[in-house]
Amino acid sequence: MVENIRNRSIELFKQFGLWLIPSLFLLVFYFLPFGNIIFTSISKSSSSFFVVLLTVLSSQNIRQTIYFTFYQATLSTILTLVLGLPSAYLFARYDFKGKSFIRILTGLPFVMPTLVVAAAFSALIGSQGWINTLLMNIFNSKAPILNLSHTLAAILLAHIFYNTTIIIRIVGDFWSRLSPQLRSAAQVLGANRIKSVVFVTIPLIMPAILAAAILVFIFDFTSFGVILILGGPKFGTMEVEIYYQTIGLFNLPTAAVLSLIQLFFTLLLTIIYTRLSNKISKPLSLTSTKSSQNKLVSHKSKFFAGVILLLLISLTLLPLISLIVKSFVSSYYIDHSINNHLFTLDFYRELSINRRQSVTFSPPTTAIAVSFIYATLTVLFSLAIGLPAAYNFSRYGNNKINKILDPLLMLPLGTSAVTMGLGFIITFNKSPLNLRASPIIIPIAHTLIALPFVVRILTPALRSIQPRLKDAASVLGASPREVFQRIEYPIISKAIIVAATFAFTISMGEFGATALLTRPEYTTIPVLIYRFLSRPGALNYGQAMALSTLLMVIVVIGMVVIEKLRILDVGEF
Amino acid sequence: MKSIRLFVLIFSLGLFFSSCKSTQSKTLTIMTHDSFSVSDDVLNIFQEKYNVKVQFIESGDSGTALNKAILTKENPFADVFYGVDNTFLSRALDENIFEKYSSPLLEIIPDKFKYDPENRALPVDFGDVCLNYQISYFQENNISPPSSLEALLEPEYKSLLVVENPALSSPGLAFLLTTINHFGEDGYLDYWRGLVNNDLLVANNWETAYYTEFSQWDGTRPIVVSYSSSPPFEIIFAENPIDKPPTAAVVTDGTCFRQIEFVGILKGTKNRKLAEKWIDFMLSKTFQEDMPTQMYVFPVNPNVELNPVFKKYLALPNVTAIIDPSEIAKNRERWINEWTNTVLK
Repeated sequence: MVENIRNRSIELFKQFGLWLIPSLFLLVFYFLPFGNIIFTSISKSSSSFFVVLLTVLSSQNIRQTIYFTFYQATLSTILTLVLGLPSAYLFARYDFKGKSFIRILTGLPFVMPTLVVAAAFSALIGSQGWINTLLMNIFNSKAPILNLSHTLAAILLAHIFYNTTIIIRIVGDFWSRLSPQLRSAAQVLGANRIKSVVFVTIPLIMPAILAAAILVFIFDFTSFGVILILGGPKFGTMEVEIYYQTIGLFNLPTAAVLSLIQLFFTLLLTIIYTRLSNKISKPLSLTSTKSSQNKLVSHKSKFFAGVILLLLISLTLLPLISLIVKSFVSSYYIDHSINNHLFTLDFYRELSINRRQSVTFSPPTTAIAVSFIYATLTVLFSLAIGLPAAYNFSRYGNNKINKILDPLLMLPLGTSAVTMGLGFIITFNKSPLNLRASPIIIPIAHTLIALPFVVRILTPALRSIQPRLKDAASVLGASPREVFQRIEYPIISKAIIVAATFAFTISMGEFGATALLTRPEYTTIPVLIYRFLSRPGALNYGQAMALSTLLMVIVVIGMVVIEKLRILDVGEF
Repeated sequence: MKSIRLFVLIFSLGLFFSSCKSTQSKTLTIMTHDSFSVSDDVLNIFQEKYNVKVQFIESGDSGTALNKAILTKENPFADVFYGVDNTFLSRALDENIFEKYSSPLLEIIPDKFKYDPENRALPVDFGDVCLNYQISYFQENNISPPSSLEALLEPEYKSLLVVENPALSSPGLAFLLTTINHFGEDGYLDYWRGLVNNDLLVANNWETAYYTEFSQWDGTRPIVVSYSSSPPFEIIFAENPIDKPPTAAVVTDGTCFRQIEFVGILKGTKNRKLAEKWIDFMLSKTFQEDMPTQMYVFPVNPNVELNPVFKKYLALPNVTAIIDPSEIAKNRERWINEWTNTVLK
């Protein structure tokens, strides 16, 4: 009896410990600044919160904006799933040459700044782009055939471009560890191929699909750059409206109410997701990926792989290739008057020349180093906080506190970047948290964005571990530490790599939070790219393209290293 | 797990130390927007003369930076704020973020740049938002470039113009203000209706308008709203030396809007004396001469000689649109709403 009580209190204590780290982080770096800015903003209004809320909700413009935000996010998520799921299946179930490299490449769009992506899209599908030039030649037409500029289609394409990798990584990873025997059994019992996928596989991988879909949805829901640049002025999401109300009009009470509305929807969605996910997650017998994968042998499978890869490459890689080409092609070639020098390295050379002797000049090596340090810190922070959180959710998922904490962790993703940035500035300006001029604030902000990914990736993996395995190990005398080391860690090590990759790429590509507080001496690559693109001149444009190409190279290297390193070696635990 | 902690420790310590090393001598902090720049040599003159380290904090675009200064006025971030322009000036003055400072150098600065009689915000530089065009397009098609705002309504300029959204872009707002100044409250919406009928294109920001829609770059539109300084910059930042800019600015009377940028000492600074010195320095010949090539803006100090490239290729408008900052503050939301309903709906 006494033993029992002691065990229970130890268990409670452990649970509390696991709960403490993520809660504290969230409290200090999310709720404190967010609450602070909302409170400050509302108090700027002469009328009460409810009056502002009513005014906002009664505006037809804003109601339309809310509607459009949902509409484009829903469409984008569905389309991303349509491309992402078959791709995930391909990567999960088949083994082919160059697979891991292609998978790394599909993660690249995730880090590209929107301004650069706009340049890439216009090089490809713009009225003067490659595809239109080709079509115009084929159909002998003078006017561009495909006109996607400032259309809903452009927004959707860009969202697919950015987010397909989320589905491929999260669902693909889970799928690859699912034992194919289950489906084979269904087939033996008479189900055909499609039936067995729909009735057996899909329900089993549903937790991962849901986790990936909710992340994609929230990303599209709070989309800013894509809407602004590719959608053009006729489209607006809540995020764009918040920016306009805050910066353009300094109408902080309205901006605060809009932020809260956006947050409310995020919370609602996440709660629904958490409920569903708790209901459908079942422990599975997961296998090593080797035993679940086949070679592309049959014509059918080769055809399937061909179609999927073609789609993936044309949607995600072709725009990136156009950037690389631009970084090596002289602008004189574009300026049809002089047809010499096609190939040039000038833009790359120029990157390390401080032509204006400016104090804000940052050589590419410095920007790369700064970006790398921020990204490494983000990976470490988000794993250090995300791992206990995920462990906690998987073990004590039905616990009341966890039922609250789980959806809360997702909120930073659904929070307007402008609002959050101002929150940081007004909160972390007094000791002991006088961080606003310290560079450490940037990896902290990146961690807030990366954390939902890390937790969403690790939790399903941890949940899938058969409790029997752990029990068996305990019965056989393994300490909890050994249980983690021998049983849990090997199963989730791949999920940790996926999580680390996301944390790394989020940090490498992040612009909004980074631009909030840059000191000239700590410029990251995306900030530098934006700086070049905000000035006229061939060299500035070319250097932006060259830096974008460098960013891709760096990110590929980073992802390869993460996959090779398996950062946390089993023995260390 | 141990090694992770070690890594975190080393990295964070490294970052902290590298950010703290400047505390040995005195530090003056300048909050500014992300287009700020000054050359090393010029900055060093100030740093050595006053034995001070000047630290810059770039806080996003000019609107964002100003909002941050306002929200932190109880506990200011910096000693000096630079980069509020005349479209945002009222917001800064109404929120009372600056201390008065009547710099002795104000004497030489022409009155047309001074917008705050109390000298809380002091003018530093100006830039003109003007129509730019791609020279080769007009040569090849044998039409003359537009010389007035009205010209843009003519059929020969159909589908040629791209402008920025005034709600989200500062040159976009400047151009809207130019049309309000020129056509008046009663006429500007009709003018914009005319532009829409002439197949106007609107981009949300300068970057997209210039690099994605302007025909000098990836787009199809040979006329764009940009700055009078853009053509000289096409030369300075040409890939190989060229002797003629590929673009030009329209600077006829009333077609440009002059953006003036101001600097001020932030209320509550503990470095008032040094902050005054910094402002004097910004208005002095040394700093003012450096500005054009660093920030693409032009000196308010009339004693400054321009760089030869600018002398040769910069066209400055004689008469620019003028709207009082308080008028802008009062009407900004209504004008933008009316514009949005007319042009985008």
